[in-house]
Amino acid sequence: MSEPVLSVEDLVVQFHLKRGTLTAVNGISFDVKRGETFGLVGESGSGKSVTARAIMRLVPTPPGHVQARRVSIDGRDIYSLNDEQIRAIRGNEIAMVFQEPMSALNPVFTVGSQMGEVLRTNLGMSKGEARERTIELLQMVGIPSAEARIDNYVHEFSGGMRQRVMLAMALSCDPTFLIADEPTTALDVTIQATILELITSMIERFDMSLLFITHNLGVVAHACDRIGVMYASHLVEMGDKREIFSNPMHPYTVGLLNSIPRMDQKSRYLTPIEGTVCNMMDPPEGCKFHPRCAHAMDVCRREVPRWREVAPGHYAACHLNDQSAV
Amino acid sequence: MSAALLEVESLTKYFTLNGDMVSRIAGKSKTLKAVDDVSFRVRAGETLGLVGESGCGKSTTGRLITRLVEPTSGHIRLKGQDLLAFDHQRMQSVRKEVQLVFQDPYSSLNPRKTIMQILSRPLELHGIANDWRSKREKVLELLNLVGLGQEHIDRYPHEFSGGQRQRIAIARALSVDPELVIGDEPVSALDVSVQAQILNLFRELQEKFSLTYLFIAHDLSVIRHISDRVAVMYVGKIVETGPVEEIFAKPQHPYTKALMAAVPEADPDKPAPKLTLTGEVATPIDPPPGCRLCKRCPIATSNCETDPPPLREIASDHYVACHNI
Repeated sequence: MSEPVLSVEDLVVQFHLKRGTLTAVNGISFDVKRGETFGLVGESGSGKSVTARAIMRLVPTPPGHVQARRVSIDGRDIYSLNDEQIRAIRGNEIAMVFQEPMSALNPVFTVGSQMGEVLRTNLGMSKGEARERTIELLQMVGIPSAEARIDNYVHEFSGGMRQRVMLAMALSCDPTFLIADEPTTALDVTIQATILELITSMIERFDMSLLFITHNLGVVAHACDRIGVMYASHLVEMGDKREIFSNPMHPYTVGLLNSIPRMDQKSRYLTPIEGTVCNMMDPPEGCKFHPRCAHAMDVCRREVPRWREVAPGHYAACHLNDQSAV
Repeated sequence: MSAALLEVESLTKYFTLNGDMVSRIAGKSKTLKAVDDVSFRVRAGETLGLVGESGCGKSTTGRLITRLVEPTSGHIRLKGQDLLAFDHQRMQSVRKEVQLVFQDPYSSLNPRKTIMQILSRPLELHGIANDWRSKREKVLELLNLVGLGQEHIDRYPHEFSGGQRQRIAIARALSVDPELVIGDEPVSALDVSVQAQILNLFRELQEKFSLTYLFIAHDLSVIRHISDRVAVMYVGKIVETGPVEEIFAKPQHPYTKALMAAVPEADPDKPAPKLTLTGEVATPIDPPPGCRLCKRCPIATSNCETDPPPLREIASDHYVACHNI
């Protein structure tokens, strides 16, 4: 098995607010191997985007507070680097694609000037070289007549084209690791399909690893190799994509899969997960999912379930299949 | 077959851009054809799903039916009465029959009013309940109906989650006992686990009160689940309409086919999503005279550019607007 490119061990992210302390990420661990696409799935507020930001060391501190046994990229611990070193890693080794390109890109500079700036500062290119390279990058992500579009502003592009620009920018310094945070959520399905295809082909072409964050189970089913499922700041299940879809072990994952209206079968009623996500400022004791879980036992109300390997490469945190807990 | 509760005929809404005097004289104003000659019917007790991508005119269609936006031309008949012939006062009384549930429950509920105030306002407006006691009774009944408890009645919207807010919005729509409920992307702001709860609530209420739904959404799996019949829109036009099973099993229009193929299904063994069309969505601003899809269509012929294809019945109750099918 190949070496992990990204290794996250026991990551905790807290925000100290006036109202109290909010634990957004609560002790999660996962690896992403070279050439692999790892999907982090969860509903809004589950902590998946904060995890991504913690990996980029972009969580504002204060009010944030990040603790981890290890967050390393290519063997280097992100949290032991100084500011200058981390700046050298961002963009060059890890790059990020955000959900909303309109707010991630600068509206007052042309696409060419903001992409050129990245190339000049990170790779020390001259203006002319940067322009040439930018055109190449734009062509590569499928922007028609890139020579002319390079001088356009972001608002002159459609949603799908903006996401292509963002991807081109993320790829500009040839990173080894890409984080895509809901990159297709703001897009229509037909455009989503083209962007997913593009991301997949770029990952292969540049031999990158990808951390793909999304709430869309349809997207993970096709774009990812392995999946981690988050619920209320915890990683509750992780494993190979097919294993998770065909043999989910955590009641939350099961509930999530049952909630989706299916295209191929029709029933009058869906099977939702009852109740609502707990208040993260005041989460319940024990397993965070127990108030919504049909299988909740006494132990679930008291103890946080252990993270266990339930089958080779398949992990879950649930008392239900943990004999030692009952 | 039951009668049509709502009949929309040649409904059209054009917005004029740069519509000031100077541009008009200089001939520089442009027309955005948001909804262009759209016709469909919704039968009593059924759910018509209106699906399409952003900017295709599906939300505008919903708003035109309630006359929140005034149509440019066309007819909207509710139980045979043409709503567009009504004056403001008569329209007000008809509004009771047609209610809307909006997409974003964070902006559709007034943050400064309690749930009691939000839900009793329509009761006052339509003279359903006037004194405090009967309003309170009715509001409690509504809360119970949508799965909320009586302890929620004096709270403010910010104290509720997205799913609970959408329940309140549904209770408000039902408070005046409407015949037709238009849901404008009512579940797209919700997480899947909660989305399923709200879809079930819609279905339950439909069965209980024999409601008729016009359900507007961009998510094909939601449309497939909730609808009896489906209408697919593309750049202001309906391109295909028919029974849900048939549309999903045998889509005919190239756009419908492309839309279906692009949906990533939550099953790794299903084919990966792909786009069978080239290029980008056409603009509704001064569109070419022919079929709106012609530039992207794999089966376009020369007449597609000049002649707009009419909706033709190709099987029982299944209509397609395409020259080459």
